[in-house]
Amino acid sequence: MLKPFLERIQQGEILLSDGALGTMLMQRGLRSGGSPDEFVLSHPEVLQDIAQEYLTAGAEIMVTDTFGASGLRLASYGLADRTEELNRRAVELLRAKAGDKAYVFADIGPSGRILKPYGNTDPGEVLASYEGQMRALAEARVDAFCLETMIDLAEAELATRAAKNVAPDVPVIATMTFERRRKGFFTVMGNSIKQVCDGLVRAGADMVGSNCGNGIEQMIEIARELRTATSLPLSIRPNAGMPVTSGEGVSYPETPEFMALRLPDLLAAGASIIGGCCGTRPDHIRALRQVLDQRAGR
Amino acid sequence: MESSAELLNEIAEALQRGDDERTRALVSDAVARKITAKQILDQGLIAGMNVVGEQFKCQDIFLPDVLLAARAMYAGLDVIKPLLISEKVASRGKVVIGSVQGDLHDIGKNLVGIMLKGAGFEVVDLGSDVAPERFVETAKSENAQVVGMSALLTTTMTAMKRTVELLKTQGLAGTVKTIIGGAPVTAEYARSIGADAYGYDAANAVEQVKRLMGTTSRNT
Repeated sequence: MLKPFLERIQQGEILLSDGALGTMLMQRGLRSGGSPDEFVLSHPEVLQDIAQEYLTAGAEIMVTDTFGASGLRLASYGLADRTEELNRRAVELLRAKAGDKAYVFADIGPSGRILKPYGNTDPGEVLASYEGQMRALAEARVDAFCLETMIDLAEAELATRAAKNVAPDVPVIATMTFERRRKGFFTVMGNSIKQVCDGLVRAGADMVGSNCGNGIEQMIEIARELRTATSLPLSIRPNAGMPVTSGEGVSYPETPEFMALRLPDLLAAGASIIGGCCGTRPDHIRALRQVLDQRAGR
Repeated sequence: MESSAELLNEIAEALQRGDDERTRALVSDAVARKITAKQILDQGLIAGMNVVGEQFKCQDIFLPDVLLAARAMYAGLDVIKPLLISEKVASRGKVVIGSVQGDLHDIGKNLVGIMLKGAGFEVVDLGSDVAPERFVETAKSENAQVVGMSALLTTTMTAMKRTVELLKTQGLAGTVKTIIGGAPVTAEYARSIGADAYGYDAANAVEQVKRLMGTTSRNT
């Protein structure tokens, strides 16, 4: 039985999460426009293979394939009535691989809607959609809810509250995507790092952080700003840089060696959970593992 | 009593504040004062939206401010829509927009639609997850001059190429111009698939559409 991960973090340990899933699925036959979450039902063996690769690379946190598995988003694929099943299966798949070697975190992405008054979506509808997904994930006994790629603080707060409503004992890690603007880092909806931290703390988040949208160098700056804005532990999952497109293909420029080289700065900035977002592969995680092991004298 | 110019200016300012109720009321006042719908549109609503677009481009304001301004713009447009038709105000051109097949993200695309309308274009918004055939069919049936495609995912952007190719095989290349955009999309990608333009953000997309409208081979 693994010790609760928050305890380990509070004792100063650094935990390594897995890397990207979406870009890995694309290499394994996810068709352009298909639902990545549907892979849970149609290709469970692919997800388990990827999980195994990340475990072998040294990750100790597996994140579920449920980024778009809220009722609201599954409805776009005609899968809303399978929300409970899909989320439960997604956890079971990883749990079977993780055993007592790794934690299983539930991935929760944005609803894709714009909340009132800026858009037409009623916040209650989004709250209910999150609650439905999170209830299924909690019943499948996830170790944490991992809110990812959030661009609207109001929605991230809603998701945090939804988690606390349905499963108050499951820690919430709320990570948002920032972009560098003329006046500093902000979300697309204009939330500053300070506003994000204040709002998420109020909503009850156990950890905050950032994922996607940036490579590791900008993430180091973001982590430093997060650190000054909150005392909560931080989770940071950079992209392997920003995508470079050519013809049909898309590639991410930052190598495992590059990420490993910059990792000490990210740790110094205060990150407790690190991992990879778009474009990172098992090789990136392996390189990060080596740095962490050397640091721990292993 | 304030001058027409002052009233039009007030409309533009209410719109910039995102005050939809005030915008609607001021536009109604302007209509009652017999200011033409074209003037209200050009010197009130579009003038206000231009300022908002410029501020967004300069990063002085954020997306929510643009969304609220757009809401005010629509409130004003609702009032003058019947008059624009009876005054036979010519459209600056028609653009079909949508997020490409498989892509359910539409914040960026919606923003482009808002800014295009704000600049006086007619916009046919096909929503998200739009198949290449639908882009092409709609461009034909609506007599649109430009098709705008958005993608946020690297997994879906390849659908843009299929639309560009379909226009070509139907002999519409040059008649219906294409513009693409979205987070993973680059100017280089636009060139490589044969799209006519790339918009790096919503404001730039409008500038590019203006440029494309000047070069389409069809007269409308």
